[in-house]
Amino acid sequence: MAEIVEGGGGDGKHGKKKAKKGSARIDMTPMVDLAFLLLTFFVLAATLAKPKAMEILYPKEVDDDKDQTKVKAFLTTTILLGEDEDEIFYYEGVYKKDSTQLKKTDLSKDGVRKLMLEKNKDIIFLVDQLKDKAAKKEISEAQYDEAYKEVVGGENAAICIIKTLPKTKYKNVISSIDELNICSVRKRAIQDMTEDEEADVLVKSTELNLRNN
Amino acid sequence: MPKIKVPKSAPSLDMTPMVDLAFLLVTFFMLTAKFRNMEPIEANPPYATSLTQLPEKVMLISIDTAGRAYFDISGREVRDSLIRRMIMGYPNELRLSESDIENFSKMGTFGQPIDRLAAYIQGDADVKEALDEQSKGIPLDSANNQLGQWIIQGYAAYVGHAQVMGISKEELRKDGLRYAIKADANTDYDKVKKVIDVFRDKEIYNFNMVTNLSGSEENADAKLTNH
Repeated sequence: MAEIVEGGGGDGKHGKKKAKKGSARIDMTPMVDLAFLLLTFFVLAATLAKPKAMEILYPKEVDDDKDQTKVKAFLTTTILLGEDEDEIFYYEGVYKKDSTQLKKTDLSKDGVRKLMLEKNKDIIFLVDQLKDKAAKKEISEAQYDEAYKEVVGGENAAICIIKTLPKTKYKNVISSIDELNICSVRKRAIQDMTEDEEADVLVKSTELNLRNN
Repeated sequence: MPKIKVPKSAPSLDMTPMVDLAFLLVTFFMLTAKFRNMEPIEANPPYATSLTQLPEKVMLISIDTAGRAYFDISGREVRDSLIRRMIMGYPNELRLSESDIENFSKMGTFGQPIDRLAAYIQGDADVKEALDEQSKGIPLDSANNQLGQWIIQGYAAYVGHAQVMGISKEELRKDGLRYAIKADANTDYDKVKKVIDVFRDKEIYNFNMVTNLSGSEENADAKLTNH
């Protein structure tokens, strides 16, 4: 491996001391060790510190109902995020004051994701086609962005409304939006739960023994 | 049969190029590394699959589980201009010398109300720690909306700096200051919403939520079952 210092030349037989002729080599192993140690440290430290971010658009507040965008009920899914981490329910279409309408779900890949992938499958199909085209360089990045926006904003795209309580955990909100991103659901909103919905969530959570306190 | 000669001396390898390369890389990483400032806040952002990097030019509001808000904005010149604007806005509460202003522009995230900020900037590490412990974060209720002031003045300071640097309005719109929110995963959502409402009040609607990257499927599932 490393260079080993060999006999340096002068053998000292003669009375006169000769200046060393041979190579004045230094054992570089420790230095190399140190250099690579530092290198490893900086490489790891540099890549680990990069935080990631998720873009969210919060729309302007609208005062009364008539200004709100009318949504097609049959395309709409509402996800209700309760106080406890596991209190995640959804209902489809229009809200009826009835707790049996709520269905329990979760944020794993078999929960909201499966549901929304199914609901949004037409759009996802188109998005995949676009991604394919972009990967084959058939369309430019700008074209892709524009086409993507058009597809996910399309008339038949699934709509998802996330409703929260004041004590809903932030991570559940972020996870839900993350799931919607995965499912290419861009028509979405985050709203406060209505009192009726809150009451229904409480009924349903107590029923399923989800609320600890 | 002739014997194969085994060389007696150790095989030598010239390591100089390798060492050169190693040190070159060390130097590169050392110079490009940005050391993070000590952060007074502990906030573990939630996991998500987003791969987008946090933008460089960013105004970052951090929120911990208690709902305390902290402010940070990137760029030393921007911070310098920001604190001067704030001194103009709060001349009685904020009395700072030139060296304090410089210290502020080097400082990272802070979560102090205006009337304690001067003591915080001037104090040493112990004083800072004590003040952080007592702090309730930057006030953001409608009666005393200091966070709103920081946001407005931070934006103004950024735009002012961009003009000095000769950045056109068109570029600013495309690649300007971004707003990021870094909240702890276990924060109650209404505490995050309060901060978002302060932004919306200032007609800012687009945010970058800081997240941790969930490494793999198992990881993403583990985050749901672990509590």
